[in-house]
Order: sequence, then structure tokens, then C-alpha cells
Amino acid sequence: MSFRETVEAGEFAITCEVGPPKGVNMEAVLEEAELFKGRVHAVNVTDLQAACMRVGSLATCVLLLQRGVEPILQMVCRDRNRLSLQSELLSAYVLGVRNVLCLTGDHVVLGDHVEAKPVFDLDSVSLLRAAQGLIEGKDLAGNELEGAPSELFLGAIVTPGADPIEPQIYKLYNKLAAGARFIQTQAVYDVGAMERFLGRIEDVRAPILAGIVLLKSAAMARYMNKNVAGVSVPEALIKEMAEAGERDKAATAEGKKADHKVKTSIDIAGRLIRELRPMCQGVHIMPLGWGHHVPAVLEAGGLA
Amino acid sequence: MIASELKPLEEILGYLEGEQKVFIVACDGCSTGCRSSDPERVGEVVSALEGSGRRVTGTARVEMTCNPGLVALMLMQQMEPVREAEGILVMSCGVGVQTVAAAVQRPVHPATNSLYLGGFAGLWRSEPRCAECGDCMLDYTGGICPYTACSKSLLYGSCGGPKDGKCEVDPEVPCGWVQIYQRLAALGRQERLRQMPPLRNFRAMLPAGERRRASLWALELSQDEG
Repeated sequence: MSFRETVEAGEFAITCEVGPPKGVNMEAVLEEAELFKGRVHAVNVTDLQAACMRVGSLATCVLLLQRGVEPILQMVCRDRNRLSLQSELLSAYVLGVRNVLCLTGDHVVLGDHVEAKPVFDLDSVSLLRAAQGLIEGKDLAGNELEGAPSELFLGAIVTPGADPIEPQIYKLYNKLAAGARFIQTQAVYDVGAMERFLGRIEDVRAPILAGIVLLKSAAMARYMNKNVAGVSVPEALIKEMAEAGERDKAATAEGKKADHKVKTSIDIAGRLIRELRPMCQGVHIMPLGWGHHVPAVLEAGGLA
Repeated sequence: MIASELKPLEEILGYLEGEQKVFIVACDGCSTGCRSSDPERVGEVVSALEGSGRRVTGTARVEMTCNPGLVALMLMQQMEPVREAEGILVMSCGVGVQTVAAAVQRPVHPATNSLYLGGFAGLWRSEPRCAECGDCMLDYTGGICPYTACSKSLLYGSCGGPKDGKCEVDPEVPCGWVQIYQRLAALGRQERLRQMPPLRNFRAMLPAGERRRASLWALELSQDEG
């Protein structure tokens, strides 16, 4: 069953994420994708994530398709104007890609080519609108297409922990009006906050996949709290990770091998998945290099 | 000088939907230089407003509407007609519109499209800025320009980047879209964010040769007359 059929049937959807490499060594990313095969419904492929130059999302999506893994093409508006974005949507379609996640994208100054021209001719909302227009057989200039990419399945993101939240909510409704059919969220660590957010958008019918980012350490959690918009890791989780780190250190001092941090991280992610499951229509796991732990996370979350 | 042209009267009347009493601010600076806010244009706009059944509570001319001090002085002198108005129509470039919008607790609407910043020496560009986009969106965004206030020049709302109301590009820079939301919310007009305007038309940034000549000609003429 395809990702679209899964969410349209109202089944709990599981997606995961891979990031193409900087350079042409594709082994690691393809191994990760193989590991996810059969365990998740679709795999997001990031598009120049963190505004850093690397292999493109579309090329990687096609390699995934060739290996029987259903991809979700991520597209950001930072690097291409409306001609190029629409063209890439058509190119993706003829190569077999069906799922597209439309994003505005991080600003170039956050990446590794800080002097580049930031494009943003379109944004997440207008890219969705452009894609929805293509689905209906017309480009942004109103020209008729010779064959419409009618089976594109469009998604968008939301940051449930944004402060203030109101501008995000208006944008979310505009994304839905523009054509978004599924929503993946920024990382969620505070289940209560997620519940309150969902309460504010009760009339949204599109499936919402809660974002799960694996915590690698207490330091990472503190870094995210300080620097990542709309992400707030509760103090209790930071404490758990810090204590696990201490136990690892103590074991290493005694010359023993230990992986308390990894176990705790998997345990936290599993707990979050189980607590979020009743209120969401799926989860979107962003392992950030810890792809090999995803099977254990799914098991801990009761999804294996 | 920022060259500007009067928006079509139908567009201006569209902005004033639901507002029966309107105060008009016209700039005596650049926009008069290119004849988009000279007394004759103001007269045309007043007639159009009255023709649509509205009442103009007053009109004021400000020497340079981009100057917050001069705008504040005008508002003090015009306190009653401004207070009485349900909306304010500003006939100036986008900088003047933003200056007025920041100074009054009223919906502020642009009457012109700012087109082109000529090569004039000694020009000091300070906040708030105008992108001379040729299709002024300040009515939609509560008098804060989305193209200059947002680091990504987004037209359809905030990205996922702002943290504590600050931009992802620089934590000292406020998020333009959070400011736009707060401005609209203070006026009770935030629901307007659900109406999505058409895509930005970059072609509007290229004023026709005819318009360019007319603008510069107008300014030179006003200088000749001393």
C-alpha cells in the first residue's frame, strides 16, 4: 500500500528521513533507506538541508525508487525560482515520484554558502498552490499542460511549538487551502504542548504526522532549546539524557563498554511515539545520522 | 526620489471596504514630484471616495511623509479628523505609508505603487524601507512591508524560522511576519491573513520608459519653478 493509500485509509503512518551526502558517496544514505524498507511507509529525502550544498533530493528519490523504497521529495524555495520549481515537479513526476513536501527552506546565511542569492520567488504556500495548479493541468502562468501530474500527493510542515503560534496557524490553514494533503511536524518533545496545539486546529482533516527527532545527548537537547525555533525539550528529558551520559562515562572509566545514552534516547523516542499515537495520524522520524537505531525506536514505540 | 504612481481607484476603494469615514495623508515630497499625490490627484481621490458614498474627515499634506517627526506633528494638528476616521489613506511611497501606519492605531492603506528609486544623491534610506516593488502590499500586511521586513521577502506569512519573535537570520532582527501579525491583531484585522494575494509580479519593478521620463520630468519641472 502506498503512503497516500495508507494515510487516506486512516491508518497510522510512519515516515522517516534521509539526508543526501555532500559528495557522491551514496552508500551510507542508500543503506539507511534499505534499513527503513518495509518498516516505514515512506522516506523523506531532504533538499539541501540546513542550506548546505549537497546531492539533490530528486536524484536521491529516484535511487530510492529503484530500490523499492517510496520517497517523499522535499522541495525548498530558497534555491530556485517559479520556473525551475514547477519544472522540477514535472521532472519528479515523470521519474515516478508522487509525494512532495513543500517547504520555504532555511535562509542561505544558515548554511555553507552564506554569500549566495536567496531566491524565495515562491514560498511553501505558493509552491503548494503551484503544484496543485499542475495537478489540475495548468502552470502558474495559466498555460495548459500536455499531461498533468494528477497523482502528486502534496504535504507541508508545521511547528507546533512556535512562539507566537498564531502566525503559524494562519500559515497552516493557507497551506491546506493551497493544496496540502498531509502535514509533518517539527520535532515534538512536549506531548502536552502538542495536545494543546492540536486542540487549536481541531477542524483540520489532513493527517498530521508528529515529528520525532532522536535526542543524542543532553548537550544536543540544550542546543536545540537555545537555537532551534519552536523546539523545546522538557527539563526532565534533558536530565534523563544527562544521567545516561554520566553512567556511560563511569563505565568507560572502568574500562567497560556502555550505551546508556543510546538506550535512553530510544526509550524516550518510543515513549513519545506511544503517547502521541492516540492524538496523531502518524509519526515522522528524523534520526539525524542515527538511522541504524530506527528499527529499535519503532519497536520501542510499538510500531514494529 | 522614489517614483510612484497612483493605484487604480477601484483597488483603493476595495481597500476601504467597510470604512465609511476616511482621512487622507498626501506627501509633498517624491510622490508629488512624480504627480501621484499632488493636489490635483488628491482631488480626484476625494471625488472618488465621495462618489462611493464615503466621507473624507480631512486631508493633510506632509512635507516628507517618510519623516516620523513630521508625521507626528501632522497627527497632533489633525487629531480630531484622524480620530473620527475609520481608515487612513496615504498618498506617498511605501516608506511614507509605513511611517503613518506605525504612528496611528487605524488601518492604513497605500494609494500608490512605489516603482523606482532614482539615482538621487544624498538620499538617506532608513527604516522602514520600501522595496519599490511596483505593487504595494501594505494594505494586506497592516502597513509593514513583507518584502523588506522579512529576510526571505515572503508574501504568505511566517516561515518556521522565527524564535521568540526574532528572525532565524539574526537574533537581533525582529521577524517581519510576527510584527505583521501583531499589527493586524492589534487592529482586529488578522483574519485578512486567510486571503492569499496573487503571486508577486516582478515585472512591476520595471517601470515603463514613458513613466520614468514623466517622473523625472515632473521633478525637474518642480525644481525649475523653484
